[in-house]
Amino acid sequence: MSSQQVSSMTPTASLASQVRTGDEIKKARFIGKLKQPRWVFWTLFKYMTLILASVAVLVPPFAVLLASFKTSKEYYTTSKVALPENFLNFDNYIKVFADGNLGLAFTNTGTILIISLFFTVVFGTQVAYVLSRFNFKGKKLVLLAYVIAMVVPAVTTQVATFEVIKALNLINHKGSVIMLYIGADVVMIYIFLQFMKGIPLELDEAAKIEGASYFLIYWKIVLPLLKPATATVIILRTIFIYNDFYFPLLYLPEKSQVTVSTALYKFTSVFGTEWTTISAGIIIILIPSIVVFLLLQKQIYAGVTNGAVKG
Amino acid sequence: MFNLTLKQQQRIIILAFLAIPLGLLFTFSYYPASQLFYMSVTDWDGYAPVKNLVGLDNYQYMVEEPDILGPLLNTLYYFVGAVIQLVLSLWFAVLVNTKLAGRNFFKTLLFIPFVLNAVAASMVFQIFYQVDGAFDNFLAALGLDAWIMPWLMDSDVVNWSLVGASVWRYLGFNLILFFGVLQSIPQDQYEAAKIEGAGEWDQFRYITLPSIKLIIGLQVLLAFVGSLSVFEIPMIITKGANGTKTFVMATLETAFNFNDFGLASAMAVLLLLIVVLFMILQKVLFGDKA
Repeated sequence: MSSQQVSSMTPTASLASQVRTGDEIKKARFIGKLKQPRWVFWTLFKYMTLILASVAVLVPPFAVLLASFKTSKEYYTTSKVALPENFLNFDNYIKVFADGNLGLAFTNTGTILIISLFFTVVFGTQVAYVLSRFNFKGKKLVLLAYVIAMVVPAVTTQVATFEVIKALNLINHKGSVIMLYIGADVVMIYIFLQFMKGIPLELDEAAKIEGASYFLIYWKIVLPLLKPATATVIILRTIFIYNDFYFPLLYLPEKSQVTVSTALYKFTSVFGTEWTTISAGIIIILIPSIVVFLLLQKQIYAGVTNGAVKG
Repeated sequence: MFNLTLKQQQRIIILAFLAIPLGLLFTFSYYPASQLFYMSVTDWDGYAPVKNLVGLDNYQYMVEEPDILGPLLNTLYYFVGAVIQLVLSLWFAVLVNTKLAGRNFFKTLLFIPFVLNAVAASMVFQIFYQVDGAFDNFLAALGLDAWIMPWLMDSDVVNWSLVGASVWRYLGFNLILFFGVLQSIPQDQYEAAKIEGAGEWDQFRYITLPSIKLIIGLQVLLAFVGSLSVFEIPMIITKGANGTKTFVMATLETAFNFNDFGLASAMAVLLLLIVVLFMILQKVLFGDKA
């Protein structure tokens, strides 16, 4: 690095740069750097690693995409990384939608998703409002309860949670996973709480002077101002719920209650080794995630970082 | 409204807004967690109306039973994988944080696997790793026939194959956490260092590394907890065959297939204790005050 600095500062270069445009300076610097084998080597090395990683990320799903357009015979007789004969062969997609229970799976996951999101936002904003605006006996205890709950990984406690769900008669009922998505979800409360800190108390006070009740303040002032946090929570929970396999596997084993994840999981027993049909199913389930991600990239990065650091 | 005093109103709203969420928190977090400890000293089979106390039998059985310790040791594969994943993700985070051309493209691409459906992503690898599958064909196309292996059939290789799928899926998550912190380091620190003649390694060593110490601690903890709770990838790709069963899989199997909820609870308690212990250790080592 230090040598680069020196080379671009040589008298001739700096003199000449006075009459050059910004682009030309950049170009000149770049050519200067090209003359340094160490810089060239490192830059190439950096790109090499990035390209290798990109290939590693792309090849496995790409092979599945190729397989989804192949006939069964074609799949077994040609290379798995060769292009399909006909990119417009949608037979596998038609078959998997008809026989794979995917319509029902999307309906079930959609229902679970919408109800869970609604209550997560309602409860999350309400808890955050109360905890950040009022002082009351036991407030510290409530906060502590939420902190400690974060420590307990849900994956370990299901052996006992199962008993609770069974006692509530919620096995094979969407209410089971909905309650778990709402009730055991602590990180979201933190996202709302943190955001509440940024809403000035003066707004509450002003409304109070106008005679607004606390509920009205929550409903008319706090809730609308929490919109960005709500968006983050909705995005994070949508990804989590759409992708979750564990809860529906345990609590919704019945065929009529399949979610996107469990329907796909059952593919190997429905379609056996029809890998081309299975591939089409995988692609159908991957597409919504990829579209949502590409549309909401920035919010997703922010939400994931926030969620993990608080959690 | 309703001529209530503010004080009364406050009390009502606190109750109304907290009752259901707290009820859910206790029903689905605290009650099960406490039940775990109780069930772990009983012989409950999941159906019987009574739970007989058996003392520490379940714990003793757990320590002596190779069918349980094996899956616990499989955690180590994933932990090694997670450490490699951390190093790689830090490297890539540093790269996409520089002025490199195409940095956004690479960041997006490396992150995408993390938002994909767990079952779909795992099945991608189930197909990818097949004998004469896409991975083998891809290696052959590159002239690397010698590297071809029975990725899922050979018990010496299969756990590493699964770790590979796990790194594929979670690398982007670590990357984005590192990237967030790297972005918050003021650029002028680097500019000043450059003027002082510090090379890229020195800049990393003296500016970047101290700033990311906390996030490294957090990520090591997440990696450890994550390795202990691996479930989806082996459950979907191999169904636990060829010695790929993980501790969570073994716990669920003990409860739901062998109807031994007492033993399964003891296993869950062990997992819980290891996680808590590691969290305390992380707080001590990295001094995270949050």
